[in-house]
Amino acid sequence: MTFERWLVLQKLYNDYASSLDDGPLSDWPDFFTEKCLYLIQPRDNYDAGLPMAVVRCESRGMLQDRVNAVQETIMFEPRYLRHHITNIEADDASSDEFQVRANYSVIEVLNDDLPRILSAGRYLDRVVLENGLLRFKEKRVIYDSVLVPNSLIYPL
Amino acid sequence: MGEISSINWPAGDFTRVPYRLYTDADVFEREMERIFQGSTWAYVGLESELAETWDYLTTQIGNRSVVVTRDDKGELHAFANRCAHRGVKVCRQQRGNSRFFICPYHQWSYDAEGRLRGVPFIKGVGGKGGMPDDFSQDDNALPRLKVAARNGVIFASFSEDVEDLEDYLGETNLQYFDRVFDGRGLKVLGYSRQLIPGNWKLMFENIKDPYHASLLHVFLVTFGLFRADQESRVAMDDTGRHALLISRKSEQKVSASISDIKNLKEDLVLADPRLLDPVKEFPDDATVVMQTIWPNLIVQQQSNTLALRQIRPRNAGSFELHWTFFGYEDDSDEMQTRRLRQANLMSSAGFVSADDSEVIKMAQDGVRQYADDAGLLLLDGRGTKDTPHMVTEVALRAFYKHYRKVMGL
Repeated sequence: MTFERWLVLQKLYNDYASSLDDGPLSDWPDFFTEKCLYLIQPRDNYDAGLPMAVVRCESRGMLQDRVNAVQETIMFEPRYLRHHITNIEADDASSDEFQVRANYSVIEVLNDDLPRILSAGRYLDRVVLENGLLRFKEKRVIYDSVLVPNSLIYPL
Repeated sequence: MGEISSINWPAGDFTRVPYRLYTDADVFEREMERIFQGSTWAYVGLESELAETWDYLTTQIGNRSVVVTRDDKGELHAFANRCAHRGVKVCRQQRGNSRFFICPYHQWSYDAEGRLRGVPFIKGVGGKGGMPDDFSQDDNALPRLKVAARNGVIFASFSEDVEDLEDYLGETNLQYFDRVFDGRGLKVLGYSRQLIPGNWKLMFENIKDPYHASLLHVFLVTFGLFRADQESRVAMDDTGRHALLISRKSEQKVSASISDIKNLKEDLVLADPRLLDPVKEFPDDATVVMQTIWPNLIVQQQSNTLALRQIRPRNAGSFELHWTFFGYEDDSDEMQTRRLRQANLMSSAGFVSADDSEVIKMAQDGVRQYADDAGLLLLDGRGTKDTPHMVTEVALRAFYKHYRKVMGL
């Protein structure tokens, strides 16, 4: 991976994390192409080749539906999330579509609890250059921490 | 076993449930002994997870780890996952294939039936040490559980004298069990696990409680998947320990009978309707059947998502909810994709289920702080019999009727 590519990806993942942490959540679908795949999958399903994901969005529309559900229909305790994305690696095969893997961990704070790690694992992504912008065509969030502490409300 | 004191049922019947039942460590211990290790059939897995000779899986009944295996004759076995020697788990993988289970501590080995087959240095080393002459490998087999399977679903029991699985389920619950598990091969689509900071009974009760489903679950109500005004009924077995919530989907429109629902989002539409594209797949008209099978299983048919939710209690204040999503071997690719899309409603990140894990935590927070008080189960009166509608808490009262009897409280 060239230093230049690492730098632009660093910026993409920083923006992604900041957007999810500080909102607005309605910006989240814009990080993806219109046709896309976003999955949050426990490690054991991924390792065993089982297709079940706890979140599955197959278009920007489905991402939008999840945003609507979080904002309008799901009942949950207020919480604050911080995404930490590190160890970004990408291939150099093409200049407008490439695979990226990165580590992530998300710290969650509820009103009356100490901070805790909500989820930890890796991103297995396909990033494309679309109209001068980098977007996710595919994002697989594979969480090592198979046992979820209660609920996953916001995207990872 | 600790003495259980100060469990006070203020109404003398099942309309007032003491909060202490959700918080007390001695109550929890008695539940493990009398319910989970008692005369019950606990769900442990699917036959399709043990398709090959020597396949195994580990699971939990109550707070105890159990290994389930298939031997070379095709027979299923279940035994306690703890070495006879020092109590270490003899199997630490969730699933796999192995003819023997070898304890990592001193390498005692057990076969697929839990029989002790090897003890290192049993005769000593160079004439020194070794086990006494009266040591018997046969006497140190791992405690075996009784196993029963029906249409691909495996249950196990710590009790020798538990009734037949079919009698245990009772006629109506067996009929609905067979509706989903109709003999077709089952295909596991994957798992989801969550650790919910609440008492295990709150989960079981949640699925027996149609009152909340029509109010808390705005997503279900908004898209007409479950509503108080739908054609529906609650059916139980003779004991009240199992229950069925059976309902039929209606159109997305507001009727006077649901005007009590304060947070209905009438104008919400899906940006990608593929998310909810249910098709009829069972012979009857029911679109939702939620079944609770005492003591640890929820069988879920919500549109085209099929799942087994296994309750794994850890202590009075927390349990693991272990989801197995499945379809049928003869599903088309399209049907499998439909099931996977609809799974967005379920488990830890579910548009519907996240409401439940969140509210169960909130309930536990409340009952812990006010453990001397008691909750109220008065919707639809004081009865414990089947009802032809969903505006009722009848299945919760019936549950506590059975619970009190088993627990001697």
